[in-house]
Amino acid sequence: MNTAVYAANETARLAKHRRRKAMNIVALTLSMAAMAFGLFWLVWILIETIKLGVGGMSWSIFTDMTPPPQSGTGGLANAIFGSAMMVCLATLVGTPIGVMAGIYLAEYGQKTWLGSATRFVNDVLLSAPSIVIGLFIYAVVVARMKTYSGHAGGLALALIVIPVVIRTTENMLSLIPNALREAAYALGTPKWRVISSVTLKSARAGVMTGVLLAFARISGETAPLLFTALSNQFWSGNLSGPLANLPVTIFKFAMSPYENWQKLAWAGVFLITLGVLALNILARVLFRNKH
Amino acid sequence: MKFASLRLAAVAVGIFAVAAVHAEDVTGAGASFPAPLYAKWADAYNKATGVRVNYQSVGSGAGIKQITAKTVDFGASDMPLKDEDLRKDGLLQFPTVIGGVIPVVNIKGVQPGQIKLTGELLADIYLGKITKWNDTALTKLNPGVALPDATISVVRRADGSGTTFIFTNYLSKVSPEWKSKVGEGTAVNWPAGAGGKGNEGVASYLSRLPNSIGYLEYAYVKQNKLTYTLLKNKEGHFASPDAVNFKAAAAGAEWNKTFYQLLTDQPGKDTWPITGATFILMHKLQDKPAQGAAVLKFFDWSHMNGDKMADELDYVPLPDSVKTLIHKEWAGIKDASGKAIAAQ
Amino acid sequence: MAATLPASHYGQNEMSRADPLGQPPTVRRQATWPDKLFSVLAHAAAVLTLLLLLAIIGSLIVGAAPAIREYGLSFLWRSDWDPVKDQYGGLVMIYGTLATSFIALLIAVPVSFGIALFLTELSPNWLRRPLGVAIELLAAVPSIVYGMWGLLVFSPMLSEFVQQPLQGWFQNTPVLKELVSGAPVGIGILSAGIILAIMIIPFIAAVMRDVFEVTPAMLKESAYGLGSTTWEVVFKVVLPYTKTGVIGGIMLGLGRALGETMAVTFVIGNANQLNSPSLFEAANSITSVLANEFAEAGEGLHQASLLYLALVLFFITFVVLALSKMLLARLRRGEGVRA
Repeated sequence: MNTAVYAANETARLAKHRRRKAMNIVALTLSMAAMAFGLFWLVWILIETIKLGVGGMSWSIFTDMTPPPQSGTGGLANAIFGSAMMVCLATLVGTPIGVMAGIYLAEYGQKTWLGSATRFVNDVLLSAPSIVIGLFIYAVVVARMKTYSGHAGGLALALIVIPVVIRTTENMLSLIPNALREAAYALGTPKWRVISSVTLKSARAGVMTGVLLAFARISGETAPLLFTALSNQFWSGNLSGPLANLPVTIFKFAMSPYENWQKLAWAGVFLITLGVLALNILARVLFRNKH
Repeated sequence: MKFASLRLAAVAVGIFAVAAVHAEDVTGAGASFPAPLYAKWADAYNKATGVRVNYQSVGSGAGIKQITAKTVDFGASDMPLKDEDLRKDGLLQFPTVIGGVIPVVNIKGVQPGQIKLTGELLADIYLGKITKWNDTALTKLNPGVALPDATISVVRRADGSGTTFIFTNYLSKVSPEWKSKVGEGTAVNWPAGAGGKGNEGVASYLSRLPNSIGYLEYAYVKQNKLTYTLLKNKEGHFASPDAVNFKAAAAGAEWNKTFYQLLTDQPGKDTWPITGATFILMHKLQDKPAQGAAVLKFFDWSHMNGDKMADELDYVPLPDSVKTLIHKEWAGIKDASGKAIAAQ
Repeated sequence: MAATLPASHYGQNEMSRADPLGQPPTVRRQATWPDKLFSVLAHAAAVLTLLLLLAIIGSLIVGAAPAIREYGLSFLWRSDWDPVKDQYGGLVMIYGTLATSFIALLIAVPVSFGIALFLTELSPNWLRRPLGVAIELLAAVPSIVYGMWGLLVFSPMLSEFVQQPLQGWFQNTPVLKELVSGAPVGIGILSAGIILAIMIIPFIAAVMRDVFEVTPAMLKESAYGLGSTTWEVVFKVVLPYTKTGVIGGIMLGLGRALGETMAVTFVIGNANQLNSPSLFEAANSITSVLANEFAEAGEGLHQASLLYLALVLFFITFVVLALSKMLLARLRRGEGVRA
């Protein structure tokens, strides 16, 4: 009716549209920039790691033991084996506890005091510096048993795995819509079956992400192993004595002035990075979400 | 998927079932300074006898802590314990090798061994009192060298280390102000400077900071051909850092009185003033006499066969007279029944 | 008239609920033993976690007792740290930890959000998985590598391309000048903060992406149907729906930043003095002083002070977490009220 008002409204509407559109474009461009930013660091670090590590890679890494300084190339066999053992132990011990506690938080304890307390405690444990965990295990296990051991190292790593797995399990489980659970209950499924066969299965990918992130984290952790597993110059399959491991060996070798040691250190770094990447891809392929 | 993870778990359990127990595995921990040498000795000893001596460098303080807690068979420390501390914990100590700590600089145009320093000047630089390279005290001492008009970037160790102990022990001896203000120890309250982690960290800072000064273990300086300085020793001569001059510093020590010897600022024409020995700590009363005997056998072997390897890695082996004294000291290590565990 | 129900495995008592005319069951259904066992296991796992933290804090308190007795709360604002004279104070390390984590979050949260946005809304389907894996790869790099790369590669670059220009630009600006003073050698709080940011981006981005993906499509489609732009859908629909998960992811990242040891130790400079507020000056953080000095610290006041610092770190975490819970509670209260 009033053409002036109509025209004013129209310009205002168009202006608002333009603003929203511009906002959208700015936001999306920034998001692409963020992606590029993240990728940039990744590429840079990977290139440096590859440059320095590939030179030292050869089959002898897997067959020879850590050498003394300046004598020959040697390898990292004992360190790789020891690390693999401790990381597997930690994951085997930490994942069930973490998943069960995450299930408790998401399925049984949404409103109980135990649930809130555990949630809070878990968040605190997540920020526990790995070195403090190592010192704790030292006081409780190593000092009591009067020996450094692979068991202690694995335990220290497990204490790092548990909070990460709890958090991601709880997050993923609580995002599964209740309708799914109710449908299962309506069919007469007991609670434990609902959780294991329905809820957990739907959240499988997310839970695996959590386990993988934890696995990635502990493969490179040095500080907790320093006080628990120590390290070993020689081959040892014995979990109840000092055990060679990759991160401490890398740390020791990289800080030394000997060239053969430094080369091995960078090769070890390359190996860990490659190993975790391979595991990532493998797990993604195996546990691919059907939808 | 379910079976895949079950199979993985089975394989993992299988791996854990493999346990190789060697009766004569020996574990030691402590100072990082001699760690490469002990590793080399252990490797050769293993090839010769099959016994595995596993030494890990966790720091001198940790070495002392671990041997006191009996979590290792022997501990190693760059800092010797005083006799009363040894008695308190029932330990005894003996030296193994000698090494030197070297001041290193990074100034454009300056060659290794060109710059001369004295202990007091070094202390003043680290106290932050001398802040520029062309300070009159420095130029007077180095007339032929073009010292730039630039701030001295001081670099020191961030982590606790025996190298720091030897260095600060020397500074405390030559500078009363250092002794009262800062003192000596494996970690001190540095008045100035950026802290590098380990020798690598210090060397890295040195290479990137122009006009910088730092201190490093001799092996590191030699391996990387860094620009070391000359240092005025007690006799007033400007000594250069090398194995002969470290040995000279050790010669004057009174090992027969006690093994607690600090080899800094020793007399002698060419002695290097910042020298130190590194020590092994063991319990006098052995709970595990077989392990204790294995440790002594290892070090006995190193006395007879280890000198060449020490030279190769730029450590200084002990003179024979000291080795004899050490053997005598080993008679004091006994098992529960009072019998000495050392073979000879 | 009671119809006979087919026999159920719940037992005789249950048959009494057979009446279709509406008699309520007289006996409650008992949980079967697998159900009870599962429930017990779940509860036990939660209790174990609780006990774990208590045990860790307990052992820290026991170890720090000498320092607590000696200094009390004054430890928090004393700044001298002298192992030779046995005088300790935690201000420098506390400041370093807080400052580096703050810088890390400041950089990492927007970047992670942008990455998650890209991965869920913008990227073509075939690119999604590879890019997601690529970001997660940042988490695969061991922390030692970050430390060494940071010291040997990153800090010279930082010094040349960031610190020196910043010093040039802010030469005459009153407040900012102090923030960028000091020798621009690429170490210090800023360096440590940036490296921490790179380290925590994969954690935050992975969680954000996972929770964004699980948002019900119906919610997003309703918004699109009303004419929202992509940005508006993400910011006004997805983000509020997933805010618990997002804040959870940020907490995960913050936890990593507060507790990171190796990477920070290499580049923070390890200086136990706090002479200026500059971001370029060498400083120290709680974790790096623990890593550097614990192995050598004697049994007395030195070790106790270090453990006291670890306790302070736990306390900082408590405070941060409590604040985030309060924030979440306030956000939740606003739900359903806005027009």
